[in-house]
Amino acid sequence: MIQQSSTSAAAAGGVAAPPPTGTVRLTINGQQHTLQIAPWTTLLDALREYVHLTGTKKGCDHGQCGACTVLVNGKRINSCLSLAVMHEDHDITTIEGLGSQENLHPLQQAFIDHDAFQCGYCTPGQICSAQGLLNEGRAHTEEEIKEHMSGNLCRCGAYAGILNAVKEVVDSQLRMKN
Amino acid sequence: MSTTNYIGKPTSRVDGPAKVTGAATYAAEFQVPNLAYGWVVSSAIAKGRITKVHSEEVLAIPGVLEVFSHENVPSLAWFDRNYKDDVAPGGSPFRPLHEDKIQFNQQPIALVVAETLELARYASSVLRIDYEEEKHETDIEAKRDEGFEPGNGKSGWMPPPPPRGNPDKAWEEAEHRLEHEYVHGAQHHNPMEMFGATVEWRGDKKLTVYDKTQGVVNVQNYLTKIFGLSKDDCRVINHYMGGGFGSGLRPQYSVFLAVLASLELKRSVRVTLTRQQMFSFGHRPHTLQYVKLGTNPDGTLAALQHHALHETSQFEEYTENVVNWSGMLYQCENVKLGYQLAKLDVFTPQDMRAPGAATGSFALEVAMDEMAAAAGIDPIDFRIRNYAEEDQNAGKPFSSKRLRDCYHQGAAKFGWDQRNPQPRSMRKGNRLVGYGMAGGVWDATQKKAAAKATLTADGQLLVSSATADIGTGTYTIMTQIAAETLGLPLEAVTFKLGDTDMPEAPVQGGSWTAASVGSAVKSVCEAIGEKLLKLAQKMEGSPLKGASPDEVEFVNGQIRLRQDPDNAVVIRDVLQASGETKLETDSSATPNMLKQGTHSMHSHNAVFVEVEVDEEFGTVHVTRVLNAVAAGRILNPKTARSQVLGSIVWGISMALMEETIMDHQFGRYMNHNYSEYHIPVQADIHDIEVLFVEEEDDVVNPLGVKGVGEIGLLGVAAAITNAVYHATGKRVRDLPIYLDKLL
Ligand code: FES
Ligand code: FES
Repeated sequence: MIQQSSTSAAAAGGVAAPPPTGTVRLTINGQQHTLQIAPWTTLLDALREYVHLTGTKKGCDHGQCGACTVLVNGKRINSCLSLAVMHEDHDITTIEGLGSQENLHPLQQAFIDHDAFQCGYCTPGQICSAQGLLNEGRAHTEEEIKEHMSGNLCRCGAYAGILNAVKEVVDSQLRMKN
Repeated sequence: MSTTNYIGKPTSRVDGPAKVTGAATYAAEFQVPNLAYGWVVSSAIAKGRITKVHSEEVLAIPGVLEVFSHENVPSLAWFDRNYKDDVAPGGSPFRPLHEDKIQFNQQPIALVVAETLELARYASSVLRIDYEEEKHETDIEAKRDEGFEPGNGKSGWMPPPPPRGNPDKAWEEAEHRLEHEYVHGAQHHNPMEMFGATVEWRGDKKLTVYDKTQGVVNVQNYLTKIFGLSKDDCRVINHYMGGGFGSGLRPQYSVFLAVLASLELKRSVRVTLTRQQMFSFGHRPHTLQYVKLGTNPDGTLAALQHHALHETSQFEEYTENVVNWSGMLYQCENVKLGYQLAKLDVFTPQDMRAPGAATGSFALEVAMDEMAAAAGIDPIDFRIRNYAEEDQNAGKPFSSKRLRDCYHQGAAKFGWDQRNPQPRSMRKGNRLVGYGMAGGVWDATQKKAAAKATLTADGQLLVSSATADIGTGTYTIMTQIAAETLGLPLEAVTFKLGDTDMPEAPVQGGSWTAASVGSAVKSVCEAIGEKLLKLAQKMEGSPLKGASPDEVEFVNGQIRLRQDPDNAVVIRDVLQASGETKLETDSSATPNMLKQGTHSMHSHNAVFVEVEVDEEFGTVHVTRVLNAVAAGRILNPKTARSQVLGSIVWGISMALMEETIMDHQFGRYMNHNYSEYHIPVQADIHDIEVLFVEEEDDVVNPLGVKGVGEIGLLGVAAAITNAVYHATGKRVRDLPIYLDKLL
């Protein structure tokens, strides 16, 4: 007979009590939110389950797919690998903060124009990642974009469209700079 | 001039703005009141019995509501037939939490429900389970001699046709002969969105079920049969689906568990699987194939034999058409096809993009390449010499088949004439360059489907059907069909789907949605058109008086005489003049069996690939792919192209990366996550392109479409394998082509 158990605290028929919840204040897309959550709540789950901003997707919960990419102080991160409580003083931008259906962000428009998605589930992460890439200012050529967008999986295989969409916006920003 | 012709025009997805802004809501994202969270506990062993679930320990945690397991699940429907979903294979379906028996690793054995996601996750992680383990068998190699021919397969499965000619003698006497085994391991669909369901408790056993599925009707049938609910009390909704690829054809245990918990706790419940748990159900089966080919001196096939053996579970007989295609893709008088299953202690395999054909076309098309090389014939020429003018399996003509054009146009566009037939003869720096090609065939199927249309006085048209859009573009093509049929601008048309309150449609699979639902949408819009015409003819001084439906057309927001387009009536005026606030009608489309029964209906493709292989490291770079597809009428070249591009990525994945690896000691998949189950990333994909060959077909369905969801995958892995051979001189017959196989 084998036993499956994952914490030593399970001994003597008792399990360790989970940590109590606490107040966490987040600034998301310019708006303040006060949440009562457990300290081990990830930023991803805080967004999806507590703030109901479900545009940020969960594809693995392990930092392996990029579907949960959001911008924290302009930097792209995997929100599943980060706890909400670590971001109290940060500026968090999600896909909902980049643009709206009535007022699309250039990347969002380019994704539609280049049919850069099929099921759409990786798409918010791809777009936030692309915005992060633009902020980094280091990708200019196709090869560079491909390399630096490789943290975002797309099981539908929309990579050709994604590349073209991102390239179009990168190019137009470069033109504006010059 | 018409501005409302949309069919065949590249059209951006109408659901695009919702998807790029995060406004598209997927199953596990619906916000419902009083929501509890369920977390699934998976078995740690492959076979045996649960002796104890130590629920009381986690129930002591404040906020944990219940632990469901076989120990406390209420009695549900008893008969197997209640658990059989609409696309179940033969056998006895798996019943979650039904008994103490463990039949496969990661079997769902408990559901912990708590007030928050974090609590449910934590409680499930400390839930102790005692098992009694039994010896399992998960290795098909051990079952090579225990294959059996399946009895009843799932609907759509055809046992291989009986042998024709004298395949053994013809092979013995052939000029050139080969016989080889071809293998690929298990593969998991792994759509980006994990399976999940949000069940909204509306009081008094009334539920709204938001579920990730390729068929809301299938899920509703399944749930109502098991839980004894009426259809009115069990509405199933799925507006968007984060990828399916076949994994959502059958209802998953996530929705079963969420509904169970909701009914017992009398509140709303959400259950989402983890990525690891996405490896706990159906998959493309590990398959062993054996191909024997023989040719005559003139390069025609003298004999063709193709045998396949793949895994299934202990409880169901999963079947797919692996070998049948080999009896129809090429002309051959002496053919023997065989198909067997072997039972393992795994979950039942499940249709995965181009099920059966993706597997079979790999073996056949690599064997064809090997034979072309042995006979000293160009691979395209070899295929053309063996071109099948009719379907020899069925003894029927094809409704249309432009495969020859796929070969010719594809080869020209790809630059096949630049290929030096000698292996290892082409290089670029330290990389060996190879060209390879292959192809395939897939069914063009139409199923019965229904749709409803409502035209309101403001000129807006709403069309609906309980179909799905798993990323295929259903929303967009149905909008195009409806708009064009009634001559309305795209913006005036809304298409809705994925709700059991809508007219019934089949699961989205088999590449049949465009044909089936498209025909229903066309039919229902034509019915609205006839009503409109009648009303228009009642208008004072109507220029359409006496005109039959055939004599008018719906264009640019008007009904007008075909012969005399200036005689027209504005559609919006018709409704307003009639005093009606809306016109509404239902309609369904069924296949025309008289026409279709006498034909064999298929899509075809030919794939051309360039690879570069690093000579020292054995790394394979797929630098160019051209996929030439003949699939009838292409409704929307923009979204159809994306489907085929996606298939190319899938083919690259199948050839070079994808494999679920079983640790037979534990009977458990080892690489059950996204970092170890490899699929291509952006940097792996280079120049990939699609060529649609024009093909007209008035037999397949009123729209002339064949569907493009699967055909694009066929031949891709084989063409890469063949290109790798051409580059390196090394023939790989087991996928994926890891670099060590080339060193
Ligand atoms: S969900 Fe965060 S990386 Fe996959
Ligand atoms: S669009 Fe479906 S996963 Fe990328």
